[in-house]
Amino acid sequence: MKYDIILSGVGGQGILSIATIIADAALGAGLYLKQAEVHGMSQRGGAVESGLRLSDSVIYSDLLPSGSADMILSMEPMEALRYLPFLKKDGCIVTSSVPFRNIGDYPEEAVRSAYQVLPRTFSLDIETLAKENSLPKSANMILLGAAARHIGILTPEQLKESIGNVFGKKGPAVTDANLRAFDIGYNH
Amino acid sequence: MEERKLLLGDEAVALGAIHAGLRGVYAYPGTPSTEITEYIQMYESRYAAGIHCSWSTNEKTAMEEALGMSYAGCRSMVCMKHVGMNVAADAFVNSAMTGVNGGLVVVAADDPSMHSSQNEQDSRFYGKFAMIPVLEPSTQQEAYDMMSYAFDLSENEKLPVLLRLTTRLAHSRSAVAADPDLYDYRPLEPARDPSSWVLLPANARRRNQALTSAQPRLEKLSSESPFSSLSVPESRRSALGIIACGTGYNYVMENGALSSGIPVLKIGQYPLPGDRIRELAGMCDRILVVEDGQPFIEEQVKGFVGADYEILGKLTGALPRTGELNPDTVARALGKTPEPVYATPRNLAARPPALCLGCGHRDVYIALNKVLASYPGARVFADIGCYTLGALPPFCAIDTCVDMGASVTMAKGAADAGIFPAVAVIGDSTFTHSGMTGLLDAVNDRSNITVVISDNLTTAMTGGQDSAGTNKFEAICIALGVEPEHVRVVVPLSRNMDDITAVIREEIDYQGVSVIIPRRECIQTAARKARSAGNDIKKTERK
Repeated sequence: MKYDIILSGVGGQGILSIATIIADAALGAGLYLKQAEVHGMSQRGGAVESGLRLSDSVIYSDLLPSGSADMILSMEPMEALRYLPFLKKDGCIVTSSVPFRNIGDYPEEAVRSAYQVLPRTFSLDIETLAKENSLPKSANMILLGAAARHIGILTPEQLKESIGNVFGKKGPAVTDANLRAFDIGYNH
Repeated sequence: MEERKLLLGDEAVALGAIHAGLRGVYAYPGTPSTEITEYIQMYESRYAAGIHCSWSTNEKTAMEEALGMSYAGCRSMVCMKHVGMNVAADAFVNSAMTGVNGGLVVVAADDPSMHSSQNEQDSRFYGKFAMIPVLEPSTQQEAYDMMSYAFDLSENEKLPVLLRLTTRLAHSRSAVAADPDLYDYRPLEPARDPSSWVLLPANARRRNQALTSAQPRLEKLSSESPFSSLSVPESRRSALGIIACGTGYNYVMENGALSSGIPVLKIGQYPLPGDRIRELAGMCDRILVVEDGQPFIEEQVKGFVGADYEILGKLTGALPRTGELNPDTVARALGKTPEPVYATPRNLAARPPALCLGCGHRDVYIALNKVLASYPGARVFADIGCYTLGALPPFCAIDTCVDMGASVTMAKGAADAGIFPAVAVIGDSTFTHSGMTGLLDAVNDRSNITVVISDNLTTAMTGGQDSAGTNKFEAICIALGVEPEHVRVVVPLSRNMDDITAVIREEIDYQGVSVIIPRRECIQTAARKARSAGNDIKKTERK
């Protein structure tokens, strides 16, 4: 069994934290894992992407082949669409519905019409959910919770344990907030 | 006891070096190599281990410092991005002439596709140029395992060893089995033989003879290397054979080459093992070479198998000549037809990187653009760092960016040819890396240039490492001979815009070398400090 994910967003939105948690859970579950990140200049408000490959057998390539991703998990709706050639025909997109507008002409219409023809899209307003629940810094964990319903290779419990592992050093309040955010996304 | 850790390729190199008895890492930050040194800086028992790990001023000083540590009998490592090899090259090439005492490993991280670089140069050429062993890992585990092997190899052969990474491995994470008790390294006695270490022509000729005559032995070591292997199908006969290295090998395996009956020669160590290449050639009709970077293996293979043998690769168009490889390009080279996939929607907007909101470089460019609008002949020679983003809208404020330090020297050359105003824009860390010597040239020639050292108190683009010249810039410029009244400090904030533009105007109008230092902390490092101070306050409150 294998599960390939493309994580996307804008530099600073916290996609690497999501990647770190899934990777920690995979390590704990004894799975093979490859996680390719982007560091450096593109992080300055530019498009960022991370490929995450989980499997119970050896994984060779750090990069995903096209048409192989089971999921595109995105902190930003337009950013998810950049990586569509990597998505399997029956793969799903789990994305924040909130555009990140740090560019001049945000193509609202192109984004809307692209989503209309995609079969398996789960879009949620993680920023409003984060605000309503007083979790301003945990929008990315709401998104991870929503994705957890579909990541069959890991259980929600395994992911939650890894939230504890990753945020533990920042204290119990931070961990609890992130666990609560995860549950809100999961139950949404 | 063995432990499993989730590590970037860079971190695997760092941990492998630590476990192999490293005594010092010397480096200048550069994507994608920065995390090697950072991992050692953050390593919990660093103080217990006593490993030197503060940043060097540039790659050349780093290389020489590491060579000095090797001379003293300890294991040292130098890390840099590929273009850093150009800066370190004098020391690097000559370290192969002196040879080493304590093991010395040079790590060069190449950047195919130029994710964060200005060219695609392939560091393996430097290894061949200096005639030393080169190692190239395919996986994070190999990156870890190669370090103790590399230090042993270096000490056995008395030569520096080059380890070549690419971005894709350096910045990809995977589980690594590591063994902290692997090694009980004891440093050697300091070197004593000036006849090896003083490269007077008479000594150098002898060393050159020794280095040249070591080459057949180095090739034999490559042939026997635990990191090279020839996997052969049962039939021992195939139309196509593959030579692959580094991440290229992973894409070959991802595409199931072995299970399709294609023999694969994996290269993990150079100089290239001729016997292995001839063995592969003997069981195939043609060979596909799969390597990230420039066609380094592909060009050499002809020499082993003869000009008539068919070699496929980047030179023949079987694989793209530029950019990093990926599973899809390798699949096509293997003759696979791609399945149809979703297309990227048209009309998506590009989202290029940009200077952070609130960044001081922004104010510098706003001020420069304001002033230079009244000088139609003005040219701005910029440099390597976040502020290179001043090339993009809305600023479009710079005319050149070439290599570390070239802002000051290109401005000087252009001023010599009559360009006015010739303005250099350089960051604080880049200035101490390679800008100071150029400023001395300008002072000695009384060149008519205006140098802007945009000082954000850190090496920002690579993530906020210490900057070698912090608090020393006025003193450095004055000591190099810039008139003290033409070393001007301003604070780049929009409320100071009138002041800043007035200073720029005055210094442009001054006939000679002037330096303007807009100084304000990088907002990323400032925010990080504020957060960690906030956490400390909370911790104190809880107690």
